[in-house]
Amino acid sequence: MTRLSNAFSKPHAAFVAFITAGDGDTAANLDALVAGGADVIELGMPFTDPMADGPAIQAANLRSLGAGTTTADVMQIAADFRARHPDVPLILMGYANPMIRRGPEWFADAASKAGVDGVICVDIPPEEDQALGPALRAKGIAPIRLATPTTDAARLPQVLEGSGGFLYYVSVAGITGKQQAATAAIEEAVGKLKAATDLPVAVGFGVRTPEQAAAIAAHADGVVVGSALVDLCGEFGKDAPAKLQELTTAMVSAIKQAPKASGT
Amino acid sequence: MSDTAPNSFKNQPDERGHFGDFGGRYVAETLMPLILDLEREYRAAQADPAFAAQFDDLLEHYVGRPSPLYFAERLTEALGGAQVWFKRDELNHTGAHKINNCIGQILLAMRMGKTRIIAETGAGQHGVATATVCARFGLPCVIYMGAEDVKRQSPNVFRMKLLGAEVVPVTSGGATLKDAMNEGLRDWVANVHDTFYIIGTAAGPHPYPEMVRNFQSVIGTEARAQMLKRAGRLPDLLVACIGGGSNALGLFHPFLDDADVKMLGVEAAGHGLDGDEHAASLLGGAPGVLHGNKTYLLQDEDGQITDGHSISAGLDYPGIGPEHAWLKESGRVEYTAVTDDEALEGFQLLCRTEGIIPALEPSHAIAAVADRAKQMGEDEIILMNLCGRGDKDIFTVAEKLGVEI
Repeated sequence: MTRLSNAFSKPHAAFVAFITAGDGDTAANLDALVAGGADVIELGMPFTDPMADGPAIQAANLRSLGAGTTTADVMQIAADFRARHPDVPLILMGYANPMIRRGPEWFADAASKAGVDGVICVDIPPEEDQALGPALRAKGIAPIRLATPTTDAARLPQVLEGSGGFLYYVSVAGITGKQQAATAAIEEAVGKLKAATDLPVAVGFGVRTPEQAAAIAAHADGVVVGSALVDLCGEFGKDAPAKLQELTTAMVSAIKQAPKASGT
Repeated sequence: MSDTAPNSFKNQPDERGHFGDFGGRYVAETLMPLILDLEREYRAAQADPAFAAQFDDLLEHYVGRPSPLYFAERLTEALGGAQVWFKRDELNHTGAHKINNCIGQILLAMRMGKTRIIAETGAGQHGVATATVCARFGLPCVIYMGAEDVKRQSPNVFRMKLLGAEVVPVTSGGATLKDAMNEGLRDWVANVHDTFYIIGTAAGPHPYPEMVRNFQSVIGTEARAQMLKRAGRLPDLLVACIGGGSNALGLFHPFLDDADVKMLGVEAAGHGLDGDEHAASLLGGAPGVLHGNKTYLLQDEDGQITDGHSISAGLDYPGIGPEHAWLKESGRVEYTAVTDDEALEGFQLLCRTEGIIPALEPSHAIAAVADRAKQMGEDEIILMNLCGRGDKDIFTVAEKLGVEI
């Protein structure tokens, strides 16, 4: 068992919490997410051109870069988190260019030393896997892939090939933080994905409330929340940890009351 | 420079859209199926004589092609060296080479049944060309433009609106061209079912770099035939300015396997390559991934993208088409850079010697031509792509020259 597979083996769906590294007191914010019951931490690497993200996460990227956050800072945040929380899985999410700037092997090695469990790279599809995937797998880091409403049955096997950790289902064709897809559509899509893979399936994009999280938890193995948490970081700054813990606790509580999806 | 030259420089990219190590399809999964669909549709269009016939007909009767090949006699005399010839793409409808590509892409969009067009623009030239073809074919059109550029380029904003386009000022990031492209991609990812994204240069995910190059290759194909007819031989040196690089590829590509024809791409050196204020991705950048392709980028040591600077808003994109990255590494094309001040001199030189007001983009190429012509013999021929006219730039030039108009 790995930290990631443990997180998806609990009696309830996993709550995957996203914040951007370097946006406020990241260590305190991450501790608040763990205290609130987050099962997986998704740490965003800031980038100047986050073209798959909506206004909330764009603003978080700019706040972080404006504060001078470097790749070394992100790795240090991850390493410090790993020291404080030996059992909570941590994944890095971001864009290709900062990840491959010093070469994929450098990045995989630094992430491995920082105790990172998985990496989501938004703009490296399976067609360009060689740009980062082999280096991650060589270090035992799970390359976590995205499936979307436009990923059809013919393409899905290619998305799954070489992927690890869990499958991240992007529930709407669009950018982060926008409207959520209908629960029925999510249920149908998750069903098809789970029939095609043994990997846990987590659903994200547009999940903002405990009610939405619970509705997804009834069908998926994990629920990803990003923009709603990032908004709190932006609005409350130094006072964000209490707000983050409050929302996380509410999300996790709602998820635990949802019936667990079958077939993991 | 590679040790052995390939058999042909014209058979790139490979089937996955790679030009050597560059290019590719670095996009979010949501866009990937659409990119693959676009490639299938483009291949079908390439094989359809009716598509080519419609493209050629519009280029002839709507754009005004073929554009003239012109011997610049007084400029040649003034420089005192090689003969200077221009491919006159500034005489096209809308005043630049951009329209060639827009005609091709909107025909493809309609063939695919798309009913809405989006595009990004920096200086506004690609936005105007896109708005033009959308008006011509009656399709709704949204142009993303950095809020800073909207302020700097108000005549082109008004032109786009006259043509019926909706111009959306982009305030995210640095509010310039790269941010407009980010916003275009965000729109596209949310509207993949009905929307076609007309990318303005030979960059972006495969098949865009190849497709835009092919649509623009009409420039070089015409010029090669015209030069053979007028001068009885091929030119010794081709010169073109480079922002994303579509006008240069359009001129260069049909000549790539003519081993005796040298080629020079001219980047914008802004205030100089020794500082940060330039837009020379090849000479002052490093390889990386942005906007769907691997290519040379202006970036810092952490891979954060830095803003380009040039007197010419059409050149200040922080990347470059991936085929240029490959042509640089293969050694087939030489690249140089020209500063704002040198471009301004080139601009005035052409105004006074030939009665042609060039855009600031090809003014960079003129400055490079002036430098090279003097080093070449009178029996040698330089062919430069005069890719845009300068009406749009007179306010910028007046300000730089300290003239009130």
